[in-house]
Amino acid sequence: MTDVTRLTLAEARDALAARKLSAVELTQAHLDAMAKARGLNAYVVETPDQALAMAAASDARIASGAAGPLEGLPLGVKDLYATKGVHTQACSHILDGFKPDYESTVTSHLWRDGAVMLGKLNMDEFAMGSSNETSYYGPVASPWLPAGRDAASAREALAGDKKGLLTPGGSSGGSASAVAAHLCLGATASDTGGSIRQPAAFTGTVGIKPTYGRCSRWGMVAFASSLDQAGPIARTVRDCAIMLRSMAGHDAKDATCIDAPVPDYEASIGASIKGKKIGVPREYRIEGMPAEIEKLWADGVAYLKAAGAEIVDISLPHTRTALPAYYIVAPAEASSNLARYDGVRYGLRVPGKDISSMYENTRRAGFGPEVRRRIMIGAYVLSAGYYDAYYVRAQKIRTLIRQDFEKVYAQGVDAILTPATPSAAFGIGEKGSADPVEMYLNDVFTVTVNMAGLPGIAVPAGLSGDGLPLGLQLIGRPFDEETLFSMASVIEDSAGRMALPQPWW
Amino acid sequence: MNAPANPSKLIKGATGDWEIVVGMEIHAQVSSHSKLFSGASTDFGGDPNSHVSLVDAAMPGMLPVINEECVKQAVRTGIGLKAQINHRSTFDRKNYFYPDLPQGYQISQFKSPIVGEGVVIVDVTPTEQITVGIERLHLEQDAGKSLHDQSPTDSFVDLNRSGVALMEIVSKPDIRSAEEARAYVTKLRTILRYLGTCDGNMEQGSLRADVNVSVRRPGEGLGTRCEIKNVNSIRFIGQAVDVEARRQIAILEDGGSIDQETRLFDPARGETRSMRSKEEAHDYRYFPDPDLLPLEFDEAFVEELARGLPELPDEKKARFMRDYGIASYDAGVLVAERASADFYEAVATGRDAKMAANWVINELFGRLNKEGFDIAASPVSAAQLGAIVDLISEGVISGKIAKDLFEIVWTEGGDPRALVETRGMKQVTDTGAIEAAVDAIIAANPDKVAQAQAKPTMLGWFVGQVMKQTGGKANPQSVNDVLKSKLGI
Repeated sequence: MTDVTRLTLAEARDALAARKLSAVELTQAHLDAMAKARGLNAYVVETPDQALAMAAASDARIASGAAGPLEGLPLGVKDLYATKGVHTQACSHILDGFKPDYESTVTSHLWRDGAVMLGKLNMDEFAMGSSNETSYYGPVASPWLPAGRDAASAREALAGDKKGLLTPGGSSGGSASAVAAHLCLGATASDTGGSIRQPAAFTGTVGIKPTYGRCSRWGMVAFASSLDQAGPIARTVRDCAIMLRSMAGHDAKDATCIDAPVPDYEASIGASIKGKKIGVPREYRIEGMPAEIEKLWADGVAYLKAAGAEIVDISLPHTRTALPAYYIVAPAEASSNLARYDGVRYGLRVPGKDISSMYENTRRAGFGPEVRRRIMIGAYVLSAGYYDAYYVRAQKIRTLIRQDFEKVYAQGVDAILTPATPSAAFGIGEKGSADPVEMYLNDVFTVTVNMAGLPGIAVPAGLSGDGLPLGLQLIGRPFDEETLFSMASVIEDSAGRMALPQPWW
Repeated sequence: MNAPANPSKLIKGATGDWEIVVGMEIHAQVSSHSKLFSGASTDFGGDPNSHVSLVDAAMPGMLPVINEECVKQAVRTGIGLKAQINHRSTFDRKNYFYPDLPQGYQISQFKSPIVGEGVVIVDVTPTEQITVGIERLHLEQDAGKSLHDQSPTDSFVDLNRSGVALMEIVSKPDIRSAEEARAYVTKLRTILRYLGTCDGNMEQGSLRADVNVSVRRPGEGLGTRCEIKNVNSIRFIGQAVDVEARRQIAILEDGGSIDQETRLFDPARGETRSMRSKEEAHDYRYFPDPDLLPLEFDEAFVEELARGLPELPDEKKARFMRDYGIASYDAGVLVAERASADFYEAVATGRDAKMAANWVINELFGRLNKEGFDIAASPVSAAQLGAIVDLISEGVISGKIAKDLFEIVWTEGGDPRALVETRGMKQVTDTGAIEAAVDAIIAANPDKVAQAQAKPTMLGWFVGQVMKQTGGKANPQSVNDVLKSKLGI
């Protein structure tokens, strides 16, 4: 084998099982690729010693016939998952030096099943952002180059401020970039308003946000508790299915985590979707939508129709209100969730003359501008006199959004097809510096899914006029991830597997 | 609330009468092995930070999970308060920054508490009973403890209490005096201890009271109240009500007005002081805790818990009145603690129950109080006291001798019946001996004989003389009979 990092997760699994490859070889190849790709800034911490030790243990288990479902497969972990003894900061300065002595439920499931940890992946600070530019550890570059950009000048930009290169989206930008650049076979990510699906769409990878409650949130640094959900980003629909099966499952330590068996999601790949009803919501046809996105959506409809699905027009009338409501609910919860970062027990502490000034100094220095903005918005919408006008109304809107979906599902719709993002990836430093709303609009197609707690998958379906990947989103019924995997694999097969960039970095 | 004011409760001011209005928020620590949302121990007195889980320390990514035992304890308490049990309640976050609050918010039940309205029936005096309404009971987390005396430059935090379950029991403003306030808390503590849902230990902080006090002219609407925080003894609760009411009356009579504020009671100086500087304009930004689902259970869950409850003070009291024929107030005193009630029942069973009540309340409790002993530490057992009551009933000893016998048993112990024998304390019923004594006294006091014959109530003087001569051992009834016949009255 020439370059084992080009394998999909499923292919690598099969090669390991067939003893054509060792876990140590596979892991070392990824560590080498990571070392050459540091300019992308996808990883904030590499854990080579741990990775090789885990890989050696995997090889031993494979040899003894005790291999788990993910045995020996090297993965990256988003920095918001607590990893025992390893840097866990949600890419924030305020958690400086924090190394938990506990392991998140989702990652412990992965290690239980034999996976190998390569390191911690960059992200927007506390998962607040859509471009990975709010990270304390600096922006991540996408392995995709803007049209007409030559490799030499791109490498130059990579070494500098990265302006002129593309963002991988966010907040799981490190995860998406690492997967697209073959720096891991798959990565954990998390999605509060689109943080798995938008970066997957921007990088030509596949990402699924499962139903709220499918994965345990225990040990994930919280952003907005009622919206946060773990999920994988990988290079194929099958790889996502394999990873999600391990990540999901009941956890008594999370009261919002469901106690229901986890299906063998991989079995859904290639299953027939004949006779399935797929809704196309008219409200997602937003004003000023680029023609290439329109075409992509039409192609998706054609692929699914060709596979025997029935396409129906549907209406989700409250879609328009989802984004503003989301930007009330999420900051409100965040303002409270982030109160624990006070400099008293762990992380950064900037002293002050008394306890109040210590709080102020620590939090001013520890949080970046976007996080501070959201804490202020959150505190404002929860404050006496504004609570009813903002928070309560946003919760009502949330109920209406959920009911929109319930109605169409009650009419027999099995899944809903929409674009994943309103555009292809944008450049680093290009958006949101003057008006944060410009950045927030990236989530316009994805936030409804979080507000309703539904599963959503982003799958690459074509290229933009500039040769950049574009993704479609499929939204499912609660806990019906299987249908999403079946339909997404139809789109993947019909559109053809995304050809990811060759290393230029 | 606007019932006519009870004149005996009114306070005389310089310009007329005032009525005190008190409502209380009691924080009762739930008796449970582990905390409200974590598995850490709730034991009192561990080394600082030795009972702290990752959740209690609010480490990143930690989530609360409700402790079912704490829920059961709250429901049991609700039943004991004859209150509405809410089958669905929710948890909210109360947001504020303080180092002993690691999450930066307290998880509490702001909007929908687990227990709604109930009542507590309180005996204030032997002749006065009041009913205090309960507004609600909710579950919430306790905070940790800031230690300011460990270092000249830094403060330290002990998180052992962080996350311990509290029940906040909110009364209606139905209390009208310091005495009623004390009696209410005493009764509430009795109920909690019977239920086993809170140990009621005020010295260890298991029971704390926030006391809301206002005053008004009789018949008027409620005045502006002040909240006196964290009063930690029943005596101080009474004192705090009195001094705060007098402070408010003085201000109002001077033409001033009361600022609604939080105050602190200083027992050493016997005054309340404003805490305002520390509490300035808090906006707690309450909102539903998204980490927790609504707390839901069915009526079967409540019924199962109700079935497992012991006999509660009010029922026990009613039974004592009915079965033992004792007065309401006495029954109330006996049931105030389960151990006292059990002691009484052991003495009363098969005996003169009224006499048993007198002996338990007046002699035993009186002595225990004087010595500062708990019923469990009583030197006189129920069997011993029962034997003393038997000896009286059988006419073996008089009531007066019985008190001496009680004293001996208290200090020296021993079997009362045997003591009566060995110490010659038996009552003299032998009429011969009594007659001899009577004859001697009549002979020596002819003037008194004449007086007694003119005024029969003088008989008492003769009885006293006879008792004196017989060392108190003569049977009083026999003495009476003999005297009457000899004096011809």
